[in-house]
Amino acid sequence: MSLIYLSAWDLTLAAGLVLLLAGLSWRLDLGVERRVLIAALRSTVQLMLIGLVLKQLFAQTHLALIGLIAFVMLSAAGWEVLGRQKHRYRGFWGYGIGALSLFISSFSVTLLALVVIIGVKPWYQPQYLIPLLGMMLGNTMSGVAIALDQLTRQAWDARGRIEARLLLGGTWDEAITDIRRDALRSGLIPIVNAMAAAGLVSLPGMMTGQILAGSPPLEAAKYQLLIMFLVSGATGLGAVAAVWMGSRHLFDERQRLRLDRLMAAVRG
Amino acid sequence: MFSHKLRLESLCTVQLRDIDLTLAAGEQVFLSGVSGSGKSLLLRAIADLDPHSGEVWLDDQPRSRLSPPEWRRRVGLLPTESHWWAETVGEHWPICAMTRDMERLLGMLDFDVDVRDWSITRLSTGERQRLALVRLLFNQPQVLLLDEATANLDLVNRERVETVLKEYRTTHNATVLWVSHDLEQRVRLGGRRLVIRGERLEPES
Repeated sequence: MSLIYLSAWDLTLAAGLVLLLAGLSWRLDLGVERRVLIAALRSTVQLMLIGLVLKQLFAQTHLALIGLIAFVMLSAAGWEVLGRQKHRYRGFWGYGIGALSLFISSFSVTLLALVVIIGVKPWYQPQYLIPLLGMMLGNTMSGVAIALDQLTRQAWDARGRIEARLLLGGTWDEAITDIRRDALRSGLIPIVNAMAAAGLVSLPGMMTGQILAGSPPLEAAKYQLLIMFLVSGATGLGAVAAVWMGSRHLFDERQRLRLDRLMAAVRG
Repeated sequence: MFSHKLRLESLCTVQLRDIDLTLAAGEQVFLSGVSGSGKSLLLRAIADLDPHSGEVWLDDQPRSRLSPPEWRRRVGLLPTESHWWAETVGEHWPICAMTRDMERLLGMLDFDVDVRDWSITRLSTGERQRLALVRLLFNQPQVLLLDEATANLDLVNRERVETVLKEYRTTHNATVLWVSHDLEQRVRLGGRRLVIRGERLEPES
């Protein structure tokens, strides 16, 4: 099966659907037409640019250049996590907790995949490293953002309960344990659901892309499985790291609940 | 006999400045002041729930010498509103066998031992208030910080709580710092009376 190249006209036809959606939003007074159009425009520019950059990048294997691209990807993912928080941590931690846990989880799992599982040589070959890291960051980001958001929202609402446990001689760890468990569960549910539904309800994006690009379906399925397992591992690791750092930072050295380290609601 | 006492040294909270106060072992001190004057925040600072400057001593030991959980077990704060995190009352009690003293305490507040199986959702405000006191006293604190401990209670239950607290203070030689808006109660129960004026503590006239 050979690859059918998409022309600008093909993409324009598909983009017509987005215009239709924006029109619907305007007609039904949903108020999201502007956001839909901007998001579509952003994705067009971003994906075209990354396509051009990757084309150049794949032609060479400079570790420093690849490192820079990975750093830019991590920074952007960190901002995304921050943007999805209702109660953000003040100062460096607002960005730091998300970015650090993404770094720990996505980078370590990507490295594991490149060196041990796929066995790419050299391990930083961009056509493997960049898409894999992108997949890891993109998926881990959601898990980390949801878990962290749940943690801070619940801590904000349950101040009385947390302090009641502290007042009876509980440690900070005991005082936040239920909330932490709930937050972790929330962060992991999307990826667990995605794994359970894969193949039955949905054909995951990467597999679909590979099949459309001409790969044998069984090979595409194997790669998809690899990615799903890696993503679930990275999401778990990232969510645990974020929730642990986040919950620790909600208490000071005298184990006092410090909600003043969080900002009031950023959005409704 | 215990000899513990509580001492505040240059304690500053959001509203109060340089509070120096010594409470003897077994002493009961009432604290009053207008709403928003900082009574509750003072109790929270002593219980080490809010950041503040100054030092608090228990038995001539600075607070920094004790771990926060240990401090809060010894210096127990009963807030105005009680909070519960598990489904039944008993899940909020320390994991130990029910002693005669604990049973007696429950009886004095008009509860049976089977209250441990009660669901939190079925408790009235007054029951919550009394059971929060039980929960606190099970820890056997040396100092009691009471924030409007009888505010949500009817006359009969208010007397029960007062009796329990009096007996606990006597048998454990415990020190009590009690925030109360009720002048009649402050006068009736006796002890030193302080009032917050501006940023200071003064004797109530």
